[in-house]
Amino acid sequence: MTVAIEFQDVTKRFPKASYDAVDHVSLTVDAGELITIVGTSGSGKTTLMKMVNRLYEPTSGRILLDGVDVMSVDPVKLRHGIGYVIQQIGLFPHMTIAENIAVVPKILKWDKARITARVEQLLTMVRLDPAEFAKRYPAELSGGQQQRVGLARAMAVDPAYMLLDEPFGAIDAITRAGLQDELLRIHAEHARTYLFVTHDIREAFKLGNRVLIMHDGRVQQFATPAEIERQPANDFVVELLQTAEESI
Amino acid sequence: MLAYWVRYHEKLTTALLQHLRLLGIVLAISIVIAAVLTLLISSNRRLSNAVVGLFSALYSVPSLAFFALLIPITGIGLDTAVIVLVIYNQYLLVRNFLAGLDSVDPALIEAARGMGMTPVQILLRIKLPLAFPVIMAGIHLAVISTIGIGTIASVIDAGGLGVILFDGLRTQKIVKLLWGTVLSAGLAISANALLSGIEHLARKRLHFS
Repeated sequence: MTVAIEFQDVTKRFPKASYDAVDHVSLTVDAGELITIVGTSGSGKTTLMKMVNRLYEPTSGRILLDGVDVMSVDPVKLRHGIGYVIQQIGLFPHMTIAENIAVVPKILKWDKARITARVEQLLTMVRLDPAEFAKRYPAELSGGQQQRVGLARAMAVDPAYMLLDEPFGAIDAITRAGLQDELLRIHAEHARTYLFVTHDIREAFKLGNRVLIMHDGRVQQFATPAEIERQPANDFVVELLQTAEESI
Repeated sequence: MLAYWVRYHEKLTTALLQHLRLLGIVLAISIVIAAVLTLLISSNRRLSNAVVGLFSALYSVPSLAFFALLIPITGIGLDTAVIVLVIYNQYLLVRNFLAGLDSVDPALIEAARGMGMTPVQILLRIKLPLAFPVIMAGIHLAVISTIGIGTIASVIDAGGLGVILFDGLRTQKIVKLLWGTVLSAGLAISANALLSGIEHLARKRLHFS
């Protein structure tokens, strides 16, 4: 396996904060993995992810993508190669679905025919009929449909990495289960490296081939779901597993 | 009324055109200054509050007093009128331009940044189109305000429909006074209707309604 993402002793302290949001994290992610990052709010999980596409910059330590330090790359160029999906979805309300998906291809000056073909391909991939949806506006879609478009938009230029920040957090349970299955299918079909942040331990266990458990800015455990269940690393992990069982 | 028009239509048309010219000059300068100012201060909340506060104070200075204040420096005539009207407009425009940019959902900005849009691309393709209805509302206010206060500018020899109004008042000529009123109110009302139409279309296009 080739290493896709490497965190080397990464620390992030926000200005005026008295503690480290991310506290000396070192780990490696292999190409093609789907890593879920789970933790309570304030655990540092989102901060850790946002340092990959430089929405935040590490206070110390290095993050390497394919061996290249992200801080050495122009952030705009860096982000064109990293798909990004957020909980609020963030579709641009004044653009059609097709225009939303075409934003990055247009910035990269793809020709029209290529963009049209790609939009159709992506909508089909997320199971939205292009003939029906391409010319609609985001407000005309349900939340679940909007997040399908959010996924398609993030994958528009086929980035090698995908960052997903609680993408299904605001979506009802039944739709969410469907979207989780879709994501697994898409990941299986187009093996790219995914980091998926969630506060839902069951979602983390369902989706991740490995699960990264964060608390107080530190990694509590980073292992496959089976390993974590068989051998929780510490009391925090035990407690987290218990709350998940109780909530069923 | 009609007899007056037939006799003095040239004078009335000149006054109307002068008024429109004043409006055009003031609006063009105001929008450019307000746009530049907004871009310079929008990222700093404390600075933008201070600037809007300053313009709010200036806006509350009565126009006649403002003209009088500037006459020793810039003299009487069009220049002084333009300066005062531009300063008044800054309050209406900067406040609305800032409010427009603020009204854009931060999640959209984060999505745009995360996708690799540059600050300029975010401004032109996301913020401006989405803030457009609020920006237009500010321009709308500025147009109506400039047409209104512009009539007072005639007292410092800046021309316009105010000349007709004040002459009519001074000489007690009701017909003249009426023509001044009809033209200035008519101008304001038609500008209002036109701008309301544009705002309505903008909102519809943006799928806000």
